[in-house]
Amino acid sequence: MSRQMTGAEMIVQAMVDQGVEHLFGYPGGAVLPIYDALFQQEKLKHILVRHEQGAVHAAEGYARSTGKVGCVVVTSGPGATNAVTGLADALMDSIPLVCITGQVPTHLIGNDAFQECDTVGITRPCTKHNYLVKSIEDLPRVLHEAFYVAASGRPGPVVIDVPKDVQFATGTYYGPSNVEHKTYKPKIKGDMDRIKAAVELMANAKRPILYTGGGVINSGPEASHLLRELAKVTGFPVTSTLMGLGAFPAANPQWLGMLGMHGTYEANLAMHDCDVMVCIGARFDDRITGRIDAFSPGSKKIHIDIDPSSINKNVKVDIPIVGDCAHVLEDMVRLWRSSGAQPDKNALASWWKQIDKWRARDCLAYRPSNETIKPQYAIQRLYELTRDRDVYITTEVGQHQMWAAQFFRFEEPNRWMTSGGLGTMGYGLPASVGVQLAHPKSLVIDIAGEASVLMTMQEISTAVQYRLPIKIFILNNQYMGMVRQWQELLHGGRYSESYSAALPDFVKLAEAYHAVGIRCEKPGDLDHAIREMIDVDKPVIFDCVVDQAENCFPMIPSGKAHNEMLLGDVAGDLAKAIDEKGKVLV
Amino acid sequence: MENRAVNTTHYPAAVFSERAERHTLSVLVDNEPGVLARVIGLFSGRGYNIDSLTVSETEHQKHLSRITIVTTGTPMVIEQIKHQLERLVPIHRVTDLTVAGPSIERELAMVKVRGKGEHRVEALRLADAFRARVIDATTESFVFEITGKSDKIDQFVDLMLPLGLIEVSRTGVVAIGRGPEAM
Repeated sequence: MSRQMTGAEMIVQAMVDQGVEHLFGYPGGAVLPIYDALFQQEKLKHILVRHEQGAVHAAEGYARSTGKVGCVVVTSGPGATNAVTGLADALMDSIPLVCITGQVPTHLIGNDAFQECDTVGITRPCTKHNYLVKSIEDLPRVLHEAFYVAASGRPGPVVIDVPKDVQFATGTYYGPSNVEHKTYKPKIKGDMDRIKAAVELMANAKRPILYTGGGVINSGPEASHLLRELAKVTGFPVTSTLMGLGAFPAANPQWLGMLGMHGTYEANLAMHDCDVMVCIGARFDDRITGRIDAFSPGSKKIHIDIDPSSINKNVKVDIPIVGDCAHVLEDMVRLWRSSGAQPDKNALASWWKQIDKWRARDCLAYRPSNETIKPQYAIQRLYELTRDRDVYITTEVGQHQMWAAQFFRFEEPNRWMTSGGLGTMGYGLPASVGVQLAHPKSLVIDIAGEASVLMTMQEISTAVQYRLPIKIFILNNQYMGMVRQWQELLHGGRYSESYSAALPDFVKLAEAYHAVGIRCEKPGDLDHAIREMIDVDKPVIFDCVVDQAENCFPMIPSGKAHNEMLLGDVAGDLAKAIDEKGKVLV
Repeated sequence: MENRAVNTTHYPAAVFSERAERHTLSVLVDNEPGVLARVIGLFSGRGYNIDSLTVSETEHQKHLSRITIVTTGTPMVIEQIKHQLERLVPIHRVTDLTVAGPSIERELAMVKVRGKGEHRVEALRLADAFRARVIDATTESFVFEITGKSDKIDQFVDLMLPLGLIEVSRTGVVAIGRGPEAM
């Protein structure tokens, strides 16, 4: 099993042994030995990006759409610092990554050598764990350990900093073994007594709700399946965070839509008025809770999470259950069935009646137009025209992201890739490169804003190089839309630096990259243009010119609670709806 | 509910109802490079307090070090600190000695006092009363070594101040649980 090889060869071999097929990266002085090893083999395919941030986002998209660990290799110094945004993004959204960074030779570390930086120091707070490998003897263990740490428990990014002399050194390589990690042993099974107590509480609930998050998706397809089981046997309504979309099918009548700052009226009011809340793999983020002291004041809360530090961090819960979502849900469904628990049918019926009243408000309604394309309409049409296909969606960050979350409907997990925690503009394009690579036959669309997409636009070149027919669907309102919306609502309409005064011609830009450009300005042309985009077997930049003034509603303004959300039709009174203290907040 | 102070932020409210408490945590870690930076970075990055921190290798064969941290925070924050520490990969175990049962805390200090005549005699007399040892002496100075709880050392230092206190070096708190069990 064990063989003599160089450090660079070990890195490639360990990835192959870990089942990695694609590696995203960018060469440089401190990783040349690794690139030399890559050159001499065929099992591991390297994808050359245009910027290291793009490599990490592409690996994130790859990881999220497959459930596997995404892999990145970048050089020392600027290579590592450029990767930091992606690493921080992966940490916030719990995405498993292994990122190899080159480092100057061991004897030069600390000497301010060319392209040197303190990579482990810089990445320590934005990775789940990181390593500096100073000896070839440690390298095989660290490589395999990194994959274990990245993928187990609450997933996250792991950096391995490898000095150039260690890449050249020869040592003994051994494959991955199932040796238990010395210290890192996350708890997978939930405490049965707590699960029992939770089932009892749920069986007696009058106004229950299931509040689910990205943890259900990270836990694997089985968790999504079990969530559906739980919803079926209990009849409870289901809402989800931005990260959890797709774990529960949007077509199911028990689905309330997304909750939170731009969540639906029915989901947020149900959260506010419920008496039993079952939080599954979500973390009571501030975009979810709104004003924390007015968050779901009358409810008993059950919280299932694999990370103990997520529990009781923002909101105190009554029954914490530490464990993997799939395992806990399995026990929960089994216990519910075996105990013959029956939901309170009458109470549940009147709860649903209440929810239907909220639904009748039709909170996502917008004023249609024959003149300009409404961004909501664009996403609705995109959804309708792609719903029968095998489609994956990525997004950038801003208004378009929220509209995509509201209007695109997901039936399956791992189909929705977005930067939730860190909110990284420029995430979607490189992420779609990773997704398309993992699913070459599928339709991969990056729903983008014209400002966000310019942050990582260069990655369209990567898509062209590898013949990845990604579709960049830009909702172009010539503004940083969400910034503009907040300036309108909170800063007296003073649109400070949020107007894009010098946008490129996206059609020509696409052509310059050897991709295909399509522009659409009229609602009447939209369907045809979208069909054309789908039919092209090349990367497409779709410039969808939309209404510049449209705002994203519903919205829970700063300083307000769930039951104080704003709906679109009260837009005229918005300035009054937010007080001075609320304006301090983002 | 209505009378509560209104929090106008989207971020978790400061908890006014809970008082900050002082807790002593013992943290068993793998003695590898950067482990202390991880612990300190966690405290500074998340805005937790460090009142005292000591670290040293305790089991050479197993490459184990023990960190003793004295921190203050509300019960919710203390619980967070424990969980956040446990999340760090090279950490074996975290024990909150303040809640785990009776425990002993000690600190060592070296106290340099400079003076002549009456002050010098008085310093020696007080050192004797506090069971401090003289570990260095010149004709015009002493270095005392004193061990005890932190407040005892505080008191000794205060007394030395008017007698010619020059400088103090303290180890910070080390602590261990009472009784036959390990942490």
